[in-house]
Amino acid sequence: MSEKFDVIVVGAGPAGNAAAFTLASGGMKVLQIERGESPGSKNVQGAILYSDALEKIIPDFRDDAPLERHIIEQRMWVLSDDAYVGSTYRSAAFDQPPYNRYTIIRAQFDKWFSGKVQEAGALLICETTVSGLAMDGERVAGVHTDRGGTVYADLVILADGVNSLLANRAGFHPELKPRDVALAVKEIHFLPEPTIESRFNVQPDQGVVIEMAGNITQGMVGTGFLYTNRESLTIGVGCLLSDFKTRGVAPYRMLEDMKKHPSIAPLIDGGEMKEYCAHLIPEGGYKAVPQVYGDGWLLVGDAAMLVNSVHREGSNLAMTSGRLAAETALELAGAGKAMTARNLAAYRTRLENSFVLKDLKKYQRLPQVFDHNHQFFTDYPELLNGAAHTLLTVDGVDKKTKEKQVRKSFVRRRSPFGLMGDAFKLWRAFE
Amino acid sequence: MSQQTPAPATRPTRRKVELDPRLAAYKGVWVFVEHERGVAHQVSFELLGEGRKLADALGVELAGVVMGAPGEATRRFCAEAFHYGADLCYLVEDPILADYRNEAYTRGLTDLVNAFQPEILLLGATTLGRDLAGSVATTLQTGLTADCTELNIDPENRSLAATRPTFGGSLLCTIQTLNYRPQMATVRPRVMTLPEPDTDRSGRIVEHPLGLVETDIVTKVLEFIPDQNRDQAQLAYADIIVAGGRGLKRPENFQLIWDLARVLGAEVGASRPVTQAGWVSADRQVGQTGKTVRPKLYIAAGISGAVQHRVGMEASDVIIAINEDPAAPIFDFATYGIVGNAMQILPALTEAFRQHLATARKAG
Amino acid sequence: MHSVVCLKQVPDSSQIRVHPVTNTIMRQGVPAIINPYDLYALEAALALKDRYGGRVTALCMGPPQAEAALRKALSFGADEAILVTDRAFAGSDTLATSFALASAIRQIQRDMPVDIVFTGKQTIDGDTAQVGPGIAKRLDLQLLTYVAKIDDIDLDRREIVVQRRAEGGVQLLMTRLPALVTVLEGINEMRFADLDDMFRAARYPLKVWNREQAGIEDVAKIGLKGSPTVVAKVFAPQAKRERAELIETHSGAPGDLAATLLAKLFTRFPHVQAQVQRQAL
Repeated sequence: MSEKFDVIVVGAGPAGNAAAFTLASGGMKVLQIERGESPGSKNVQGAILYSDALEKIIPDFRDDAPLERHIIEQRMWVLSDDAYVGSTYRSAAFDQPPYNRYTIIRAQFDKWFSGKVQEAGALLICETTVSGLAMDGERVAGVHTDRGGTVYADLVILADGVNSLLANRAGFHPELKPRDVALAVKEIHFLPEPTIESRFNVQPDQGVVIEMAGNITQGMVGTGFLYTNRESLTIGVGCLLSDFKTRGVAPYRMLEDMKKHPSIAPLIDGGEMKEYCAHLIPEGGYKAVPQVYGDGWLLVGDAAMLVNSVHREGSNLAMTSGRLAAETALELAGAGKAMTARNLAAYRTRLENSFVLKDLKKYQRLPQVFDHNHQFFTDYPELLNGAAHTLLTVDGVDKKTKEKQVRKSFVRRRSPFGLMGDAFKLWRAFE
Repeated sequence: MSQQTPAPATRPTRRKVELDPRLAAYKGVWVFVEHERGVAHQVSFELLGEGRKLADALGVELAGVVMGAPGEATRRFCAEAFHYGADLCYLVEDPILADYRNEAYTRGLTDLVNAFQPEILLLGATTLGRDLAGSVATTLQTGLTADCTELNIDPENRSLAATRPTFGGSLLCTIQTLNYRPQMATVRPRVMTLPEPDTDRSGRIVEHPLGLVETDIVTKVLEFIPDQNRDQAQLAYADIIVAGGRGLKRPENFQLIWDLARVLGAEVGASRPVTQAGWVSADRQVGQTGKTVRPKLYIAAGISGAVQHRVGMEASDVIIAINEDPAAPIFDFATYGIVGNAMQILPALTEAFRQHLATARKAG
Repeated sequence: MHSVVCLKQVPDSSQIRVHPVTNTIMRQGVPAIINPYDLYALEAALALKDRYGGRVTALCMGPPQAEAALRKALSFGADEAILVTDRAFAGSDTLATSFALASAIRQIQRDMPVDIVFTGKQTIDGDTAQVGPGIAKRLDLQLLTYVAKIDDIDLDRREIVVQRRAEGGVQLLMTRLPALVTVLEGINEMRFADLDDMFRAARYPLKVWNREQAGIEDVAKIGLKGSPTVVAKVFAPQAKRERAELIETHSGAPGDLAATLLAKLFTRFPHVQAQVQRQAL
C-alpha cells in the first residue's frame, strides 16, 4: 500500500497536535500516528497550560477544553530541611478573564485536543509505532510503521517526544546525554474542592502554583512543584538524570521525603494518592537543541529539546513549535515550493524570532552553571534559610550582631571569592 | 452488578424497599446442588453451610435443589444436602436432565422457583453455575450478584446483602436486590468454609416434575470427553500449594516450584503474569481472575503479593513467602517470610522437607 | 452468515499500578481497553467469516469514548460497528445491560438476520459472565457458554456443533441457529491489523445509536431503574492479617533458613505438619 499524504505527524502530544491541527485547518492532507493506545496515553506533564500558546492555535479553546483551575498565585520556595524562604506573587489581574495559565490533567486535555485535530480533518491512527523513516537518498519521503507498509508524504514532522528514537536513529540528533535530561516523578492526590480552597486560600476555579528548589532534591540539580487542580493536587520533583546516576537515590524516594517536609506535609495531608508516574524532561537548553529541519523533515517539541527548564515551560514551547512548523509548511505549500532543507530553514528562523529560542538562548548557560555548581542547590538554600531564621527570630540579640552573623555564615561557607564567583555566575547565566 | 462504575465511597445508594406484596411472600433459602458424573460439587456443600446461617437469621427453611436423571445418585445428593444442613430437598428427576443443558435446566429451575417461591437462591460460580444463573435470573427478571465473598442478611429489611470485590479487588462493595425475588447470588468454590457434615441429619424430599419432552430441547449432547490430562490442576481443593511468580526471573526456574511440590505432594500454582507468559498453564493461576484457594499451607516464591493475587489465597491457614524485595506486599500478610533469592531458598526448602519426611518415615 | 460481536470497553486492570512505597492501587488515569475476553470472541467471529463468508457487526454499549473500541474492532476486520450510547444507561446492572443490548440486536436483525451473537466469557471489571446468558434468554437464542471450539456450522440445516468446557471434561454440543456463543479465553490469537485496516477503521462512519434508535421504548428497563441489584455501599477491605515473621539466621545460608523455618512452622502449626506428612507419605 502506498497512500500518500501531504504531511505525516509522528506523535499526538501537544507539539504533534498543534502541528496537525494547524496543517489540517489549513487544508492539508494530514496523517497523525501515535504509538500509545490514545493521544496522551504515553504523555506525562506537571500539567500547566499556557493560554497564549494555545490561543494562537485554537482561539476559543476555553469553550470546551477540560481546564482545572486558572492560576492566580505563584509561590517560589527555596527549602532547607525544615524551613523555606520564598516569594509569592498573587494578582487580581490574574483573576481577570481571559486567564493566562491553567492547571490541566493531561490525559483529559490531550484527548480533547486530539478530538479537535480530528474534527479539523486530520486522520489519526493509534497503537502504531513508526519504526523508521523512508528515505529517498538523503530526503525523508515517508515513514515505515510496525504494521507493515510505508506511508509517503512530502513532509514528516517528528513530534515523538524526549526519547525521539526516530530522530536519533536517523542521525538527526545525537543520543541523549544524562546531563541534558531530567527525570521527574509526580503524584496526583485527591482532596475535596473546599479543602483545597481553604488550604490555599482560593475561590472555586482559582488555583495556585508552587515551584520549589533546595533540599528537596538532596543536593542534586532539580526542582519540585505543587499545583492545585480542581479536586486534586499534583506534586512532583525532578532532577538531572546524571545526578540520579551518580547519587543513586531512587526518584520516588526523593518524592516521599519531599512530601514529609514540614512545610509541604500539611498541604497534602488527608489526600488520597491516586496516580503515580515518571517521565524524562529535556533540560539541556539552547546548546542541546539539535538540527531541527532537513530535506523533508522537521523536529518539534520535546523531540527538539525545546524546554525552558528555568521557568518550567515546555508545553507552550511544544505547541508553539508545532504551530510554527505547520505555518512554515503551509507557506511553502501555498507558494508551490518543495519541502527542502533550504526552504524549511524558515522554521528555524521562525523559532529564533519567537520566544521559543529567544528564551532558551537567554538561559543557555544555566544548565551548565547549575550542573557544575551544586552549591546553588545545597549551600544556598541552607544559607538563605539560616539567614531568614536569624534575622526573623526575636531573641534579644541586636540587629547589627545578627546581620554580622548572617554575613559570617555566608563567608564561612562559600569564602569571599566563592561568593563573588557565585554572584557572577548567576548574573551571567541569567543575562 | 453495576456495569457502570459505582459512585465513590462517600456516596452509597440506599433505596427504599418497595417490594410487591406477592414477592414479599417468597420465603426460604435455596442452594442449587451441582453435580457431575455422579459426584456432587463441593461448592454446593459450602453454600449449604452459608445458606444455613442465612436461613437461621431469617427464621426460614434451607432447601437443596437437586436436578438430574432418575437414579440412586440424585437420592444420594439429597441425603448429602441434608447432612450439610438442608431441611428439605426439591428433587426434579427426568432423563432429559442426564447431561447439563442450559435450556432444560433453566426451564426446570425457573419452573421450580415459580412453584415454590424462595426469597434467596444460591449457586456455585462454576462454569455450569454461571451458565445457569444468568439464564435463570434473566428469565425471572431478578437480580443476580456474582462471585460473592460474603453473604449476610440486612437486619433492617431482611434482604440479602452480598459482598463482592470491585475496582480490581482493591475495594469491596455490598449489593442488594431490594425489590425483586428471588435474590440470586453465586459464590466461587473455596470462598466459603466447608461445614462439618452431620450424617445423622435428614429431611424431607419434595418431588416436582420437569414437564418437558426431549423434543422441546434443541441442544443435544453428542459426547462428553473427560479430561485425559492428569496434569489438570486440582488447585481449588488442594491442601498444600507451592506457587511461583515473576520473581523467579526465568521460566526454567519454575522447575524449582515443581520440585518442591513433588516432595510435598502439593499442587502447583502461579501468579497471573507467569501464566500469561506461558510458564505454566492458565488453570494454575491463583488470584482474582484465577482460582481461589484455601490450603493449609501456601508457599509463594517470587510473588509480590499484589491485591489481585492476594484475594485468591489469603484465606490459606499458613502462608510462607519468599521474595528478594523486603518491601513486597506479600510480607504484610504472610505468616512467615524469607527475604532472599528464591532460586537458592527453594532447593534448600525442598531438601529440608525431604529430610524431615525421610526421618518421619523411618520413625513411623 | 451474519455474526454480531458484543464488546465492552473496560479500564485496563493490568495497568493499574501499585505505588512503590505505599502499595496502594492507583486507578486514575488508567486507559480504557477492549475487554480482553471480547477479543477472542471477535477473532472467533472473524475466523467464521473467513470460513463461511458473510458479515461481522461489532456492537458496544458504553459512553461516547467507547468509539475507540469499535474502531479497533473495525481495524481487525469487522464490517460494521455500532455504538449504543445514552445517558439513560448510567447505573445499569447486568439485567438492564442485557435488555439494552438485546434491543439493539433486534434492531440489527431488521436489516440483516443474525445467525450468531458472540460475547467474551466475562469482563475483567464486572466478571459476572451474566450478560451473554441474559441476551440469549431475551432473544430466544440457544445458549452455548465457555465454548473452546466451533467444530462445524451447517447453514442449510441451521445447525452448529461446538466443544464446550464443563467441569472435568468437554461437552460436544449440537444445537440450532440462531445461537449465542460465549468464548473461552486463549482459544485463538487475534489477527494483525495492517495499515490499510487502520486507515479504513479511522475513516469508517460507524453508527451511533441513542436508546430510541436502539429500539428501547421502556426506560424502566434500563439504567438504574432497570437494575434490580443496587450497590448499597463501597468500602475498603479490612486488613485481616499481621505482618509476616521474617526468618533470619546468623549465617543467612539457605540451608539454615530452611531448617529454622521448618522448625518454627511445625512447632506452631502441628496440623500443617500432619498434613505434610499425610500427603507425602
